[in-house]
Amino acid sequence: MADRSRRRLLKFSVAVAAAGALVGRSGMPRAQLAVQSLEPLISKVTGGATVTAGRVILDIPRLADNGHAVPLKISVASPMSEREFVKAIHVLSERNPRPHVAAFHLNPHGGRAEVSTRVRLNGSQRLTVLAGMSDGSWWSGSAEVEVTETACLDET
Amino acid sequence: MALARIQIPPTATRGELITVRVAIQHPMETGFRFDHMGRVIPKNVINTLTCNYNGVEVFRAEMGSGISANPYLQFYMRAEASGELVFEWVDDAGERGSERASLTVAA
Repeated sequence: MADRSRRRLLKFSVAVAAAGALVGRSGMPRAQLAVQSLEPLISKVTGGATVTAGRVILDIPRLADNGHAVPLKISVASPMSEREFVKAIHVLSERNPRPHVAAFHLNPHGGRAEVSTRVRLNGSQRLTVLAGMSDGSWWSGSAEVEVTETACLDET
Repeated sequence: MALARIQIPPTATRGELITVRVAIQHPMETGFRFDHMGRVIPKNVINTLTCNYNGVEVFRAEMGSGISANPYLQFYMRAEASGELVFEWVDDAGERGSERASLTVAA
């Protein structure tokens, strides 16, 4: 008798878990977008130029509690002189529904290639930043971010 | 009308690198949210922000829904002459905003 009710309970809990998984899948269409390749976007931004890793440093928390506002500081190694400066900085996310987060345009009047802002991140991911120089070369840097509460899912 | 705050040092010496900070009050609506009736709240973000110093563009940002609500930006600028820093921005709804700050450069 006790064995039978235990079995019934087991069956019931399995059914509930399965139903939960189904509802979860259909009820939240945008839940945690899969990681998408940034390759097409990178070539669109750079115009097909080769991108070298380096010179771009991202300062972002390794663990972000709130994906709605993650502080991000980007610094690019450049003298920012009339002859050699950073023209553009692009922030790309592999998990956001709109992967092109922002573009910043700089010039020698800036004096230092450093920009800080706050970004929305839809889940844990590797954030990529591209920097376009005045000589036409492109450099990139990236950082891994763990996001506990993701942005973009808030449907209230 | 959007509220904005610009923070720069009031005075600087010629050639000095100054920090410019700007924060604008704006929801930066993503277009992925729904209101209490289940209707989509249309996307509305500040898509372009420019910063001109004495008529010369110093900094320009193109932003999307990936920038947090009440966007905050910090960047640098070399102080060459006294003048006015003019920020101008426009959102997806076509609403424009601007804010100014003056800087005195000691010779």
